Amino acid sequence: MDPTAPAADDSVPAASDPAAFDPALPWRRARSVALRPEPFGALVYHFGNRKLSFLKSKTLVTVVETLADHPSADATLVACGVPGAQRPAYVKALADLARSQMIERREPSA
Amino acid sequence: MTAVIPQRPVGGRLVDQFEYGLDAPICLTWELTYACNLACVHCLSSSGRRDPRELTTAEAEGVIDELQRMQVFYVNVGGGEPTVRPDFWHLLDYAIGHDVGVKFSTNGVKLNRERAAQLAATDYVDVQISLDGATAEVNDRVRGTGSFATAVTALENLAEAGMKDFKVSVVVTRENVGQLDEFRALTDRYGAQLRITRFRPSGRGADVWDQLHPTQAQQRELYSWLLANGDRVLTGDSFFHLSAYGEALPGLNLCGAGRVVCLIDPVGDVYACPFAIHEQFLAGNVRGEGGFQRVWQQSDLFQELRSPQTGGACTKCAHFDACRGGCMAAKFFTGLPLDGPDPECVQGYGESALAARDLDLVKPKSHLDHSHTGPVRGQPTLLGMPAIPALPTPTPPARICDESPLAGVPLA
Repeated sequence: MDPTAPAADDSVPAASDPAAFDPALPWRRARSVALRPEPFGALVYHFGNRKLSFLKSKTLVTVVETLADHPSADATLVACGVPGAQRPAYVKALADLARSQMIERREPSA
Repeated sequence: MTAVIPQRPVGGRLVDQFEYGLDAPICLTWELTYACNLACVHCLSSSGRRDPRELTTAEAEGVIDELQRMQVFYVNVGGGEPTVRPDFWHLLDYAIGHDVGVKFSTNGVKLNRERAAQLAATDYVDVQISLDGATAEVNDRVRGTGSFATAVTALENLAEAGMKDFKVSVVVTRENVGQLDEFRALTDRYGAQLRITRFRPSGRGADVWDQLHPTQAQQRELYSWLLANGDRVLTGDSFFHLSAYGEALPGLNLCGAGRVVCLIDPVGDVYACPFAIHEQFLAGNVRGEGGFQRVWQQSDLFQELRSPQTGGACTKCAHFDACRGGCMAAKFFTGLPLDGPDPECVQGYGESALAARDLDLVKPKSHLDHSHTGPVRGQPTLLGMPAIPALPTPTPPARICDESPLAGVPLA
């Protein structure tokens, strides 16, 4: 482990790399992000960095909106009925959203 | 006539989805006033004199409230010169306070040190200073004597105030296309970002288009420059007609008029695009029942624009998917059919279409003209002066990007 890293919570290893997306961890829509419903899904806007992105399916919209209700992104995908065959595409979409700070890690609920 | 609403496909590329329109615009331009201290020869909105029917402060606030409800997260404010509206600073604060970010274009006339400091201290506001020459000589010919000095003073004030990410906005013409590297050096000097957009034959631009629009050879050079330099250059996705050279330029390669883009003019009229101030592209007025939302979502004109182009000469061209037929306004105001080639079609079809126009053709002209009627201080000298030959384009440095919020968004 990097000895210069702050002695933060060891149980949150991804904290040293905020861009990394681990679907086994709990996530949520970033607090400074708004979703605008669109016929094909939604437009995503980050009020902080003013970036715009798009969710290209309504299921993905539901996934993003309900991330905070489930213990992990994986669990969210299951709860939203994403078929196994489509799971990699959804994980990739979420990873892209994490990279652009549209979704963020949240602490596991007690 | 009621438009037949075509069926939107499920899934697929975003660019195809955008052709069917969105529930609210992504890129909304709002021109706050037709009043302007300058008289630029190529003004897209033929601005100069204030329109007495201009939206009042209360009406403008009402529009902002509506934009907030529709989740239009930011607007591009322009004019005319928006800062000459006495309530400009109030409306700026009002918009920001209602989750509607503002990017405004100005010639810099009001950006003294105090205003620059105020802007630097405000989140959620972007400033674009218009400049159409990297030197006073080239700029002032089209924008008016002294306008270069005014813009540079504004840039100095913004830089000194610590303003971040402000832009210098350039309309690319035959006379300044050779100055792109100089523009970049100039913007770098102030820590600003360069934004270049396409010159269209809209407003007074129609009067000088033959004289000022880049030649075919210059377009080719511009395309190479964009491919090589994009990383720090914004384009507002306005050069998509150049994509037909081969490699698609980054951003939205699509005419967004009435689909993802529109204009609210100073009197509240809603047009399909800022470059299309003409009755044919007028969809309604924000003062009408149902306001802006009703115009955007239900006007017949916008419904008609929200379908992919299926006919016309261009759809048979091998490059159609790249350029999508180019700019609607550029075709319209040069008297070309909307389903035919762009007048600056890089495959040369535009030139032949222009040559084939009926000699008796009367090009469409806007019903609006707010141009100053008398002489203006520092009037541009372009008209009646011999043209300065364009400078050779210097060799380009490296890479691509654009100012569009769609930058980096995979549109395929």
